[in-house]
Amino acid sequence: MADLVAHGVAHRDEHGSAGAHSQNLRHHFDNMSQQFEAGNLGMWVFLATEVLFFGGLFASYTVYRALYLPGFEIGSHLLDVRFGAANTAVLIGSSLSMALAIRAAQTGRRNAQVFLLVLTMILGAAFLGIKFSFEWRNDYLEHLIPGVNFLYRPEWGANAPHVQLFFCFYFIMTSLHAIHMIIGIGLLSVLTWMAARGRFSPDYYTPLEVSGLYWHFVDIVWIFLFPLLYLIGGRYGIGGGH
Amino acid sequence: MSSHVVPLKVYIGVFLALLFLTGLTTWVAFIDLGSFNTVVALAIATVKMLLVILFFMHVRSSSGLTRVVVAAGFFWLALLIAFTLSDELTRKWSPIPSSWGPGTSQSQPQ
Repeated sequence: MADLVAHGVAHRDEHGSAGAHSQNLRHHFDNMSQQFEAGNLGMWVFLATEVLFFGGLFASYTVYRALYLPGFEIGSHLLDVRFGAANTAVLIGSSLSMALAIRAAQTGRRNAQVFLLVLTMILGAAFLGIKFSFEWRNDYLEHLIPGVNFLYRPEWGANAPHVQLFFCFYFIMTSLHAIHMIIGIGLLSVLTWMAARGRFSPDYYTPLEVSGLYWHFVDIVWIFLFPLLYLIGGRYGIGGGH
Repeated sequence: MSSHVVPLKVYIGVFLALLFLTGLTTWVAFIDLGSFNTVVALAIATVKMLLVILFFMHVRSSSGLTRVVVAAGFFWLALLIAFTLSDELTRKWSPIPSSWGPGTSQSQPQ
């Protein structure tokens, strides 16, 4: 990843004189198209490992949800579905602005690239702001954080340990997702700087494209986390929220 | 470059479809469909995932090799979940750790 993002300064001079070559073409590739394809493929191989990284959590979540569904439903209904839905919309918006930033590079509009990348970072930060300062804060105040201040409530009865298990999954999965968001925002800040310096063109925008793949992947993880955490077993008969 | 520029209205259309499906999945969750609530929620999430992969991640116009890698990632995930569940659901062998058992008001697994 770092190799893809970092510009190949060492190779610039070798190709700078070759008229037919783009200065961005590394010597071990035949042409720009092959280089783009290789970078793209490498990112997808990494994302396949990410699918399995999150997949282990999703698989164990599925097992324990099947075993302890009543406890998981109680836990899910303690989450505020409005925050979850709003955050889904925010992330989808950030994916749109990321896709449009790449399109701006493809059409050679530098200012639009910078604007859209900054917008993507703002939306990503808004997601984290909603998650940390509203959701997790409420969870803390309601004693729902396992290992920190989790308290069994009498009305849960024998399901209480399973409610706690649900919140273990909730915090581990959303934390892991949030860490990916923070890494994504870090990548985007580097890309914004590169875009502002005019590093990307219709001919060369591989760092944007592969970082976009990562950003959209993190969006997809949330697209599954939202129904699996907030919408378990239906919300009927439950008021929205706490 | 191999990729072509996707028209702006395609991106906007995919964005609006994703927003609509987010609203739909939230709305459906408040209707009692029994165990089908989970099926509907996962089906909608899968459609949203496909929209993101095909359009935002440009797999619709990517090479066959890339598509195979994309499919392989999700195929492995399917194997992971299917074989885990086939084992787990055919026997009840996961007891609750005793330190998490009911009876304590303050649960702190040490």
